[in-house]
Amino acid sequence: MFAYTVRRLITMVPTLIAISVIIFVIIQLPPGDYLSTYVAELAAQGEGVNDERIAYLREKYGLDQPLWRQYLMWAGGLLQGDLGYSFEYQLPVSELIGDRLLLTFVISIVTILFTYAVAFPIGIYTAVRQYSIGDYTLSFIGFLGLATPNFLLALLLLYAANIWFGTSIGGLMDPQYVDQPWSWGKAGSVLAHLWVPVVVIGTSGTAAMIRRLRANLLDELQKQYVTTGRAKGLSPGKLLLKYPLRLAINPFIADIGNLLPQVVSGAAIVSVVLDLPTTGQMLIGALKSQDMYLAGSFLMFLAMLTVIGMLLSDLALAALDPRIRLEGKAAR
Amino acid sequence: MSSTTGQGDSGNGRPGARLGGPARGQIPHRVDDAPFQPAEETPMTPAQERLYRASQWRMMWWKLKRHRLAVASGILLLLLYASTLISEAIAPYNLHSRFTDHIYAPPQSVHLFHEGEFVGPFVYGFDYKLNMENLKREYTPDKTDVQPLRFFCSGDSYRFWDLFEADFHVVCPAEGGTLFLLGTDRLGRDMFSRIVYGARISLTIGLVGIAISFLLGITVGGAAGYYGGWVDVGAQRSIEIIRAFPEIPLWLALSAALPVTWSPLWVYFGITVILGLLDWPGLARAVRAKLLSLREEDFATAAQLMGARPPRIIFRHLLPSFASHLIASATLSIPTMILGETALSFLGLGLRPPITSWGVLLSEAQNINVVALYPWLMLPVVPVIVVVLAFNFLGDGLRDAADPYG
Repeated sequence: MFAYTVRRLITMVPTLIAISVIIFVIIQLPPGDYLSTYVAELAAQGEGVNDERIAYLREKYGLDQPLWRQYLMWAGGLLQGDLGYSFEYQLPVSELIGDRLLLTFVISIVTILFTYAVAFPIGIYTAVRQYSIGDYTLSFIGFLGLATPNFLLALLLLYAANIWFGTSIGGLMDPQYVDQPWSWGKAGSVLAHLWVPVVVIGTSGTAAMIRRLRANLLDELQKQYVTTGRAKGLSPGKLLLKYPLRLAINPFIADIGNLLPQVVSGAAIVSVVLDLPTTGQMLIGALKSQDMYLAGSFLMFLAMLTVIGMLLSDLALAALDPRIRLEGKAAR
Repeated sequence: MSSTTGQGDSGNGRPGARLGGPARGQIPHRVDDAPFQPAEETPMTPAQERLYRASQWRMMWWKLKRHRLAVASGILLLLLYASTLISEAIAPYNLHSRFTDHIYAPPQSVHLFHEGEFVGPFVYGFDYKLNMENLKREYTPDKTDVQPLRFFCSGDSYRFWDLFEADFHVVCPAEGGTLFLLGTDRLGRDMFSRIVYGARISLTIGLVGIAISFLLGITVGGAAGYYGGWVDVGAQRSIEIIRAFPEIPLWLALSAALPVTWSPLWVYFGITVILGLLDWPGLARAVRAKLLSLREEDFATAAQLMGARPPRIIFRHLLPSFASHLIASATLSIPTMILGETALSFLGLGLRPPITSWGVLLSEAQNINVVALYPWLMLPVVPVIVVVLAFNFLGDGLRDAADPYG
């Protein structure tokens, strides 16, 4: 297991390097850079452009360097924990996005927990009671969840929460708690607001997971050992939980790797609608104005979150399933 | 011992009890009167004969036909795609017609009877007044103003496929009347017409995207599966890297990189390319896994020995054996693309007006006021949901049918 972990960690390095290169290239794709956008904006407003100052800024942030040096500066900074400097906000990136990344992280974790908590019992129920009214109803709701665009669901839930529970519109806490130190009241307010994004981001993942668990479990339930177990007088609950479920659950765990990118990207779009202090709006703004370091570090961290998630799911799978561990060894 | 039996009995109503499939009822004992002749070959019934002689595609079609939901979804999708050919005639108004005195008008419902009397399909005109307290536009149906619809009529003029001028519509409002089946937006444009026009963009974007994704997926997956070795390792790594990205932030980044100076049509192509570029890894993995096992088959070896080149072996011999699976999985990924375009356009990073897609229409419904005051602006989501569901059902049916011997 230790050897597998080490091997898996080592393969992560080239992946992360490749991701950072891709991100850098994408951000550099549009012609020009932040300063040229900035100059154009100033010119459009009819303000004078101080060429000397622009040249100074260009030199200070290394924008006059060739691209590969710029990349090395950025990547080297990342390695040392220096996320760079946001041109637009005139602040170090780490100050800008620290809290936002933390909240993204919290929302992602809670969403995944929610997904499991909902998908697990429903998946089992729909498999065991196949073709019952409950199965049809839940499957239909699941399909609707898959097909409804997240952002619209967000709007509707937000409206419902406001009408029925009097939750304030938007944000992750009531307005009076913003910029206040943490207290029980603030934590409660966050919890009251958290469920809307969690439900919205979680629906499509939950629906997909229910379908997968249902299909897997149905496959297992038709196998002979289940019949044998029943013939030997095993109680239904035990018969279900002890063998078929354990086999059906394997892809469930492998799915964390798929779920995490989905959740993170879901959070990005939902946060725009719900005005959450997470990624969304700031990332879009940074991408549009070519605020290189801000957008780059943002994307890098989001990608890293998913890479780590995949690592965890691989490790969990390896711990559960010896075949995976051994296969790697044989290939070596 | 007795306790075990008791448990089994009482468990009959509990979840585990029904696991075994069909009931194990009594089968009546039956003896065939015909003499038993083991040496003679059993003649095939016409039905069996038909089954044995059917091609694989024919059998798939038979199997698909049994999936009522899949067939219905397929027909619905065909109709919708056909409608995009004549969107201009189906929509009662031109895409850009504005009615400045009917801003944010609610949907007009079609009636058949006026004061108990049959007049055919008609709508009531609007009584409009501005509520001076909250500055809300209030429209009430004017029960005296009956506006019968006209069918197969001339109305707003348009350029059909941008080729020639025409003014034919399937349905038009009464002369001087209005027909806002799904209300109007903030510029007084008819939502129904805009949704009909939007279908053209939203429905095709998935097709173009899937074509790109198919090309990439089959080429990369095919090469990886056929050659193995370092090609496979390289392909696997790049698939892994692309899958590690959270989709939407990556879409955002890529579409923010589309130059602002591009014309809307180019942006449309740019967006489809982006959607296709990020979708192929799943397909490539499926192709690779299939090819890995298929290339060991005898017919592949035979082709190799006869001197066929790898592209010919891959495309002529190997791919057709699982083309049906590929079609099914493509059907299942089109909805992802449609939803992706909707999301991008909603955030203002996808298509831009004057190109109108369902996502562009939905971007009008961005704040909570809309939900509270003008809920009909959210209606473009209905076709999105319907189309996504239809593709899912059709894809499920195709996937089952793809293996007709199963």
